[in-house]
Amino acid sequence: MNLAPFRDPAIAARLIEETHRVQSRPWVIMETCGGQTHAILRLGLDQLLPRGLELVHGPGCPVCVTPAPLIDHAIALAARPEVILATFGDMMRVPGTASTLFAARAAGGDVRMVYSALDALELAHTNPDREVVFFAIGFETTAPGSAQAVMRARSQGVANFSLLSAHVLVPAAIRYLLEDPGNRVQGYLAAGHACAVLGGQPYEELAARFHVPIVITGFEAIDLLRGILRVVQMLEAGEARVENAYERVVHHEGNLQAQDAIWNVFMSRGREWRGIGLIPASGLTLKPEYSAWNAQLKFGPPAETSTEPGICISGLVLQGLKKPPECPAFGRECTPGHPLGAPMVSAEGACAAYFSYQRMPEGRDDKSPGSEGAA
Amino acid sequence: MNNERIQLGHGSGGRMMNELIHDLFRRRFSNPQLNALDDGAILPEPGGRLAFATDSFVVDPLFFPGGNIGDLAVNGTINDLCMCGSRPLWLSAGFIIEEGLACSDLEIIVGAMAAAAAAAQVRIVTGDTKVVERGKADRLFINTSGIGVISHNPAPGSCRIEPGDRLILSGTLGDHGIAVLSQRSHLGFSTPLQSDTAPLHELTARLLEACGGGVHAMRDPTRGGLAALCNEFARSAGVEIRLDETALPVRPEVAAACELLGLDPLYIANEGKLVAAVAADAAERALEALKSHPLGREAAVIGEVRKGEAGLVAMRTILGGWRVVDLPAGELLPRIC
Repeated sequence: MNLAPFRDPAIAARLIEETHRVQSRPWVIMETCGGQTHAILRLGLDQLLPRGLELVHGPGCPVCVTPAPLIDHAIALAARPEVILATFGDMMRVPGTASTLFAARAAGGDVRMVYSALDALELAHTNPDREVVFFAIGFETTAPGSAQAVMRARSQGVANFSLLSAHVLVPAAIRYLLEDPGNRVQGYLAAGHACAVLGGQPYEELAARFHVPIVITGFEAIDLLRGILRVVQMLEAGEARVENAYERVVHHEGNLQAQDAIWNVFMSRGREWRGIGLIPASGLTLKPEYSAWNAQLKFGPPAETSTEPGICISGLVLQGLKKPPECPAFGRECTPGHPLGAPMVSAEGACAAYFSYQRMPEGRDDKSPGSEGAA
Repeated sequence: MNNERIQLGHGSGGRMMNELIHDLFRRRFSNPQLNALDDGAILPEPGGRLAFATDSFVVDPLFFPGGNIGDLAVNGTINDLCMCGSRPLWLSAGFIIEEGLACSDLEIIVGAMAAAAAAAQVRIVTGDTKVVERGKADRLFINTSGIGVISHNPAPGSCRIEPGDRLILSGTLGDHGIAVLSQRSHLGFSTPLQSDTAPLHELTARLLEACGGGVHAMRDPTRGGLAALCNEFARSAGVEIRLDETALPVRPEVAAACELLGLDPLYIANEGKLVAAVAADAAERALEALKSHPLGREAAVIGEVRKGEAGLVAMRTILGGWRVVDLPAGELLPRIC
């Protein structure tokens, strides 16, 4: 796909101007997806919006919210000689209670980076004498792939493959944040990729019940600006609907085939979100008829609870209550090289985004490079 | 030897190794210094100060669109020598081969090395071969080291970068890294893109001829891409670098692949591009000199050097906001060079 039209500076300038024109008072908007957070900071988009428009960053980074005990469980499984533990690259550096999967691999564990659940199933085919455990990370975006792998494992009779499911659902998390008495978010940019699977429908009830505008939004400059403008327009008009500003990817009903795959294999249940707590009906676990492919049942339950380092405020960051630079450890004790919390590790974490793109000294003028002679 | 595979004996110092050296390396690389087959090469007086560089290549896969590990290894060290302002003359080649590598693959790779060296008028004058047991290496690793002679004074170096300098990039970003990534079977996508692997000796020669001492520094944005290069420049010269995102040449297919994979073209490796820091009054001549060569046709001024904050690399985004361009945090990508 040609993405140039979605990065067009002239269109962007018009959308920014329109947002300035429409906005009459301060608003707080949350972008729910870590990919959106990174795009906003990478583009410097937050610097171009009206001053009173505050963007806060939501919990939409799946590896950031994966609870440490589940990572510990994956590390423990990786240490078993018969196990090949397969997972996405993003997960490798995220610390559990005491270690990471990279460290587990360095210590002799067989940990493999894969790009899809079906790659992990392929590993099970090519290593019939080993147990392949796929540590399944991600929102509803990656859950259909995991479901497909499990269905295929069953139909092909692959017994040496199992799933350690860390899948979570975005709408459940947004509901949880909206129900919080401390919530200050007035409008939401829903995560485009996740909505491509579940569609806009799960958000209808949230928009109506909590009277918040929710706009399904993509990840390019123009996508983000259109989403933001629609939220501001609805806030200014006192409207609270679900709208789709990512029409080229998302249909209102979502991807029915992908939904079928999810609900054929998984059921929802309460799940601990790292730094946030237990969120009802937010996790996906394998249905009883797929127990033979459930790593938790095959190898026994994970170890017990863990704590984050006391200084880290990642839970507040993931709920949009604090920004990364407000953390006393940000950029000092906590850097991507030495992360204290998951949002500093992950490619989608808000702390990593601030560290990468926004440690800019104050007072940057907007002269373009090349417009000034020798300093 | 087409149906054969490399065995441990090919690295043992005995008859098998002798055959490999004679039938393959000496035949393909043939030149007076190598043909003597002494322990080292005796080289003629080069007539100037020397540049010396080394680089090791572990790319996976060995063959990718637009090249293979062989021409990559030769061009890589040639380019390192060029970036020092030297004309590359001689290379060494060290091979670490995993038992079981198809001899036909090795033939193709060595042939590509010979062709790349000939194209840049460089001789491979000495070498070494080791074979390790299956599982102890990944098919083939190559080290090349090289010597070049410096003709211009003062030679370019990052310590000569000054506030006011313009940064010029010789062409599109990210072609090599994305071409290699696209070849990895499990990524499941293919792009029409080719690696940009190429020797840059003609490009640097034209640049130095046009601007002489006005070329303050040159470097090729290989591993870590343009982002790593700018950070290295900013740190070693104690200056701030400001880039203009709208000026960065990126092919649409590279932009699309980066979008799909969640990558930033600023961090993707290139194997046939250079960045020069050039005095402001020489920038136009430098740009013309680069554009006069096929490898520099898409050259562009991409930023400038300021006194600013030492070590900072900032970029004005396509929308007009500012972001920091940091060093890459960690390596999660497959090996691409």
